[in-house]
Amino acid sequence: MAADIAPRSEAAQTPAEAPARSTGSRLSRIPGWGRLGLGLILPALILALWQTLSSTGVFTFVQLPPPLAVVDAAIELIQRNDLWIHVAISVQRVLLGFVLGAVLGLLLGSLVGLSKLADLLVAPTIGAFRAVPSLAWVPLLLLWIGLGEDSKVTLIAIGAFFPVYTTLAASLRHVDTNLVEAARSFGYSGLRLLLTVQLPAVVPSIFSGLRLALAQAWLFLVAAELLGASMGLGFLLTDSQNNGRTDRLLLAIVLLAIFGKITDALLGYLERKAVARWAA
Amino acid sequence: MSVQTDVRAADPAIADAIRASEVRFTGFGKTFGTGEAAHTVLADVDFAAAPGEIISILGASGCGKSTLLRAAGGLGPATAGTVTIDGTPVTGIDGRAAVAFQEPRLLPWRTVRRNIELGLPRGTPKAAARDAVDELLELTGMSTKGELRPKQISGGMAQRVSLARALARNPGVLLLDEPFGALDALTRIKMQDLLLDIHRQRPATVLLVTHDVDEALQLSDRIVVLGRRPSEDDGPSTITSIVPVPGQRPRDRADSGLGHLRAELLAHLGVDTHAAAGARSASD
Ligand SMILES: Nc1ncnc2c1ncn2[C@@H]1O[C@H](COP(=O)(O)OP(=O)(O)O)[C@@H](O)[C@H]1O
Ligand SMILES: [Mg+2]
Repeated sequence: MAADIAPRSEAAQTPAEAPARSTGSRLSRIPGWGRLGLGLILPALILALWQTLSSTGVFTFVQLPPPLAVVDAAIELIQRNDLWIHVAISVQRVLLGFVLGAVLGLLLGSLVGLSKLADLLVAPTIGAFRAVPSLAWVPLLLLWIGLGEDSKVTLIAIGAFFPVYTTLAASLRHVDTNLVEAARSFGYSGLRLLLTVQLPAVVPSIFSGLRLALAQAWLFLVAAELLGASMGLGFLLTDSQNNGRTDRLLLAIVLLAIFGKITDALLGYLERKAVARWAA
Repeated sequence: MSVQTDVRAADPAIADAIRASEVRFTGFGKTFGTGEAAHTVLADVDFAAAPGEIISILGASGCGKSTLLRAAGGLGPATAGTVTIDGTPVTGIDGRAAVAFQEPRLLPWRTVRRNIELGLPRGTPKAAARDAVDELLELTGMSTKGELRPKQISGGMAQRVSLARALARNPGVLLLDEPFGALDALTRIKMQDLLLDIHRQRPATVLLVTHDVDEALQLSDRIVVLGRRPSEDDGPSTITSIVPVPGQRPRDRADSGLGHLRAELLAHLGVDTHAAAGARSASD
């Protein structure tokens, strides 16, 4: 992981670290635009294949419209001001649910990871809840909270909660006890100790939990919107399916891929910053 | 014994902040575990360190030196007797003592400077904190390294940072658990001199755990030897002797007058050294 870290501030430029930095394979020295170019080769091939399959009649238009038809569908929805709404509402649901689930995951994960008592008291119960496939909650959520935003955000939050909770609780148990004791001996305890030693020590695990949680959030968004929504990318999927608009259906999939990737990249950027800041 | 009042007078700002404390163990004992698994490590430890004194605690590995030190730091409560600092029992971690551990135990994601800040008393104002850390960096010869991270500095430097962090607490009692144990011989000697230098400027009471007889002789006013009572091979450790070290610090490392003490201490530790005969005759 250390090799990936962007050049650090002041400290990183000392000679002591320089040799370690210059090692690594030739591929790891490819500049940013080169990496981007390499990463775009496969999508370009897929696009070409897609175009060929749809234009040579292997698939009908309804089965697989050509890429340009998807672009047209996008333009049409943009002109009707619909696309923006679908995207915005979905992104909003994902972010709300993700933040809610992640915060709860951080809180409960900290508690269970740090307190033996909390571990004994609540960990088995949370573990049992975790064993329930999360989509099984849907009928109950609909019954209790109804079909509105709240139930969707709740479902997404459930999806985001578990990865954060699990990784944090597990990694906190393995924080160097020597460091913790040293900080204790200087008067640190409770929340101050958590924020000064324990959380910084597990920053990499927190972020791997958060990235899993974000992926889960998108997954649960689609599930929530498939089950009952009048807006959003998941709704666009079902609605297009019902109307035979495969072009829009593909558009929805492409948009899910794009926004899923964008949010993950943002989180990845934060992760690199955080890991460079708190790396051991 | 050698409370350096002259230095305090020379720097009134320091004299205000630093008050060396008396540490007293009374009938102190420590048992780990209960019932069948109970394991008594230390028993009947009676001893007091005067304010400003440097006391070395010498003993074989596993005899309970760290346990004794940790009790004074509030890191592991007594199971028999008491530990008091200036007459008030130590019941937990408080601001009166500060520990430098055998390993530096620095937070790897913090710079040297920010690691030293960790030791400052809670609520130290920003400006005062900056000045205090500057002074400690200076005192430990780390002024140019403040912005480095622990993995970018050597083991000796890391121990200096650990020492600076402990000093940042302005402790009345400085607890050092084999702080130089992992260092090479030359660095160790430099660190010993540094410790004496620091002690002259900031005369806290020092309890220094070591298993190095020469280090104990070089640094301390008195040496407390821990060991088992001769009568029981398997029992708890206790103080087997308290040896005053003659002369003033800093001592001449080549002082052959300390040779017989060295032999005596080694004998206390159960080392039957052939050098003992030589050292004795050299000191005659
Ligand atoms: N937390 C603990 N629980 C149980 N036994 C301990 C604990 N800490 C130390 N001991 C035991 O106490 C004895 C003395 O340990 P220690 O004080 O670390 O020795 P020293 O520092 O002299 O090498 C050892 O036998 C060790 O196993
Ligand atoms: Mg020890």
